[in-house]
Amino acid sequence: MTASRSRVHHVTRRCAVRLAPLALVACTGFQSALDPKGPRAEAVARLHWTLTAIATVVYVVVIGVLLFALWRAHTRTPVAEEHAYHENPDHAAVMKRGVIIGAVATTVILATFLVVSVSTGSTVAKVGGDKPLRIDVVGHQWWWEVTYRDPIPQNEVKTANEIHVPVGRAVLIKMSSSDVIHSFWAPNLSGKKDLIPGHETITWFRADAAGVYRGQCAEFCGHQHAQMAFFVVAESRLDFEHWLDQQRGEAKRPADSLQQAGERVFLSGPCAMCHTIAGTGAGGNIGPDLTHLASRRTIAAGTLPLTTGNLAGWILDPQTIKPGVKMPPTQIDPQSLQALLAYLGSLK
Amino acid sequence: MKLRPQIVLFVVIALTLVACKREQRRFRETPPAATASNAILMSTLQPGPAVVETGMRNPYEDNAYAVSEGKRLFDQMNCSGCHSHGGGGIGPPLTDDEWIYGSDPQNIFSTIVEGRPNGMPAFRGKIPNYQVWQLVGYVRALGGLQGKAIRTTRDDHMMFKESEQARDKGHPSPTFVPPTSVKQ
Amino acid sequence: MAHSQALPMRDDVPEPPPLIPVDTENDVRAKLSASWKENSGFYGWLTSTNHKSIAKRYVVTAIIFLILGGIEAAMMRAQLSRPENRFIGPDLYNQIFTMHGSTMMFLFAVPVMEAVGLYLVPLMIGTRNVAFPRLNALGYWMYLGGGVLLYAAFFMNTGPDAGWFSYVPLAGPQYSPGKRVDIWAQMITFTEIAALIGAVEIVTTVFKLRAPGMSLNRIPLFVWAQVITSFMIIFALPAIVVSSTMLATDRLIDTHFFNPAEGGDALLWQHLFWFFGHPEVYIIFLPALGMVSSVVETFTQRRIFGYPAMLLSMVSTAFLGFGLWVHHMFATPLPQLGQSFFTAASSAISIPSGVQIFCWIATIWSGRPRFTTSFMFVIGFFLLFIIGGLTGVMIASVPYDLQVHDTFFIVAHFHYVLIGGAVFPLWAGFYLWFPKLTGRILSERLGKWNFWLFFIGMNVTFFPMHVLGLMGMPRRIYTYPPEMGWGSLNMLSSIGAVLIATSALVFVINVLRSLRGGSPAGDNPWNAPTLEWATSSPPPGYNFLFIPVVEGRDPLWDAPHDELSVVTGLRTDRHEGLVTSIMDAIPEHRYEFKKETILPLLLAVFGGGTIVIAIFTPWGVTIGAILSFVILAAWFWPTISPDHDTPVVWREP
Repeated sequence: MTASRSRVHHVTRRCAVRLAPLALVACTGFQSALDPKGPRAEAVARLHWTLTAIATVVYVVVIGVLLFALWRAHTRTPVAEEHAYHENPDHAAVMKRGVIIGAVATTVILATFLVVSVSTGSTVAKVGGDKPLRIDVVGHQWWWEVTYRDPIPQNEVKTANEIHVPVGRAVLIKMSSSDVIHSFWAPNLSGKKDLIPGHETITWFRADAAGVYRGQCAEFCGHQHAQMAFFVVAESRLDFEHWLDQQRGEAKRPADSLQQAGERVFLSGPCAMCHTIAGTGAGGNIGPDLTHLASRRTIAAGTLPLTTGNLAGWILDPQTIKPGVKMPPTQIDPQSLQALLAYLGSLK
Repeated sequence: MKLRPQIVLFVVIALTLVACKREQRRFRETPPAATASNAILMSTLQPGPAVVETGMRNPYEDNAYAVSEGKRLFDQMNCSGCHSHGGGGIGPPLTDDEWIYGSDPQNIFSTIVEGRPNGMPAFRGKIPNYQVWQLVGYVRALGGLQGKAIRTTRDDHMMFKESEQARDKGHPSPTFVPPTSVKQ
Repeated sequence: MAHSQALPMRDDVPEPPPLIPVDTENDVRAKLSASWKENSGFYGWLTSTNHKSIAKRYVVTAIIFLILGGIEAAMMRAQLSRPENRFIGPDLYNQIFTMHGSTMMFLFAVPVMEAVGLYLVPLMIGTRNVAFPRLNALGYWMYLGGGVLLYAAFFMNTGPDAGWFSYVPLAGPQYSPGKRVDIWAQMITFTEIAALIGAVEIVTTVFKLRAPGMSLNRIPLFVWAQVITSFMIIFALPAIVVSSTMLATDRLIDTHFFNPAEGGDALLWQHLFWFFGHPEVYIIFLPALGMVSSVVETFTQRRIFGYPAMLLSMVSTAFLGFGLWVHHMFATPLPQLGQSFFTAASSAISIPSGVQIFCWIATIWSGRPRFTTSFMFVIGFFLLFIIGGLTGVMIASVPYDLQVHDTFFIVAHFHYVLIGGAVFPLWAGFYLWFPKLTGRILSERLGKWNFWLFFIGMNVTFFPMHVLGLMGMPRRIYTYPPEMGWGSLNMLSSIGAVLIATSALVFVINVLRSLRGGSPAGDNPWNAPTLEWATSSPPPGYNFLFIPVVEGRDPLWDAPHDELSVVTGLRTDRHEGLVTSIMDAIPEHRYEFKKETILPLLLAVFGGGTIVIAIFTPWGVTIGAILSFVILAAWFWPTISPDHDTPVVWREP
């Protein structure tokens, strides 16, 4: 037991050390459709460049013809009076041919486009890999609830706004919404899929390179639609298993008197009305599960990096950081706040 | 036909004020309202119409957003566990005209914060003041004591009762109902 | 089909019953001026039923809404110019982008296109007014009512904030408390009534009131575009009538159309909304194509090449336009085969657009273009709209759309389509027809400034948005963190918005200056071919001294010896016009246009009052219905004069 705990601890520390720089670069362009890190996004990025190339050629040709027509009409000598308003019969044949060629070319290009599009579509629709990892995502105004299902109930893992996945393994995500329509979108990995109340939707992706990818809600969902982000952390299978292991089970017990005081603040104050910390009396299910809060990168659905200072600011005045968010401000005295922060910081 | 500009201006300003109050979304509360209610508000234990005058008024009376937030909290804080969507169960119904501890905003505020005998827990220190006021706004809407334009309408789940909007205007009964006679 | 030889005059008819003694031209002018004179002053303004004064009002109102929508756009650009900007909070931002979208779609784009049609169609087909003048006035008042409702609410902090698409459940009763979305739904009711009225007017006017000889194959392309658009309105708008009413009843009287727990469905809204919403784009775009045809024809002095191809292209666009709505919903759960169908339909619609573009290029190729401001706006249309069209094909692809759907890429796409494809032609049309409306020509020098600032500003604003979308920036966000790297492109885009605003200012100055001291236009300053140029600028209340007779597709160019044949013998002491047959425009009946009246305004006040009060109490419907019924009874009170609708004796030529 102690061996396993120390191993977990060791792994956590290793992860923290390894991922700290990642957290810094996490936001630099890590939400781009043109920087694909998985098969779905890659197919679409290829499609993008193909279509852009075709479109550019078409544009240049059509505008070239238009400019030629303008130039020619502008420079040539005036036509005979009897054809003042009507095209010259000789010209009419040329024009007719030109329009027909244009229409046929358009049709051919569109038919090609249709084939390319539908074949890409069916490629990305097929789940790429056996035995996909199954994750449930529930959209809330304005955060993401993430559950890793497990046949053994106590092995189920609940977290928020952060999805850890093993590199190279397909991930199948079952999605629903608890309130309004949201849309799940991590552009480096795959296109979006809506979360619709009353419907269950499914999407999948596979991360082929380790890294931290940002995603964001893409369907307008109210005041804080802009700050409803999440991170997908793709890591080696071993790291992922360690992470999952660490996320299982109850929260760590407070290690010192300050943390104990913090736990008391948490349980006696308003926090416990909305948040769960497994293994304590706190069982609210309105806000994100905080059992392993300190192992996450961000708070407030990707709005702020998780630091003690940010957490303090968030607890005291969330409405300035994220106006309209359902988290109420909390007024507590500095000692209690210090204790609370120490306790929350210990929830690895 | 000549419109007096003053009258037009007055009507416009009046409408603006009404709508502003009704439609405001106040997110960031000034600290006093945001404080979880820790102040000791002693009430005499005697229930009934004689209630404590707390000297507070509901900052959210007549605000549709606050009432709908109150409705959300009512569900999420599990008020329905006893009051069953306002219809009453373990706790008394909130959609009728009987108000054991008074129907004024400050009465309901005290009821939530202080708790009441026979089961109503005290939420002092658990919910910030402004959210209590939002709950107060909703509870009054349940009883038909808010304007129709303020009350919430049907929600996006199963209907357990007619919506708050459909309820007739409430006429809170002044009759004293001892807590022991509350329907179980 | 009709023949092109001259149509016989009344004199050819054996023993015509002499209704009125023959007048000289000056007598006719004096009598027509007297009988078409409307009430003067403010009351006259309220009662007017002349299509020109109503349409002018429509255009001016629509431009005011355009400016308001533009101010909202500028505020959004200001907010997004820097990351984590604190200029506008989320609550106001959501209202502003909802107002911007709703204003531009419902209060600017559709009404302005119909308004231009209501002004020009009767002139282009050679009649004296629209078929139902009082209904036309009602349409304007309803439109105005919708706009005033929306903006009055906005200034009372009750501006809708669930997006111009109002997706449920966000716009539903639970997640949009208060009256904000109800205002939106009822604004839709106002504008859909106005749009349907405009559509009915245009269809009836064009089908029954054309000048003799204007058979179907001689109708100007602009008029065809208006007719096809009107049919699209008649078929598309019922979907939004139904859905906005369902939304309002869900919110106001607790129905459950969109509540999944009680047998409703949130996706039902999206289907109904886009079944209207996608044709809506073509409802805006088709009249603009008609304007492009008019401008190209006028400034190349060449008849549009491929008239049948142009016409069939527009008709097929209208049909296909109804088969694309699901491409707004590719991210919702739908079977793949079904999605592929909509991909195919969405890309197929670019074939007719392509054919039209090729026909215009051919016309330019064979013509002698004059680079007026109007024509330059059409060249701008080609340069911008083709970009929008090509990105439109790209996003018709399901996998591609799933990446860019609801991102700034889409924002860029539809601004290229709507500004490039509708606003640029509209501006080309303004510069073309402004002399007809006012008798003054707009300054070409300021016009060039207007064009270049708009063209450059438009590209600077919207081109970077393509890149932003691909870089992962979603739509409808009020803020973004600095680490995303979107800051510089957003700043660039905001600078472009300043250029567009400057261009708008130049345009307003140009209009005001020209109104005061522009050079006089004369009847036909551009030597254009269509009938609206056959009368004075601005046209008199009765439009034409005599109803013209059309002898070719381009009446003014085709008229032998530059003289139009005319119809004589219509009564001048009342508002009389000629009803002609649908196919060949053979005269059938005389027709009396209704005179000015206050009834449309009263009906709009009571009907509109019903709609507004219904937001607050169901009693509004009852009381409003009774009052409206009283007005309608007066409206439909039979007033048949003894010689009403006397058949015109007509012999097949």
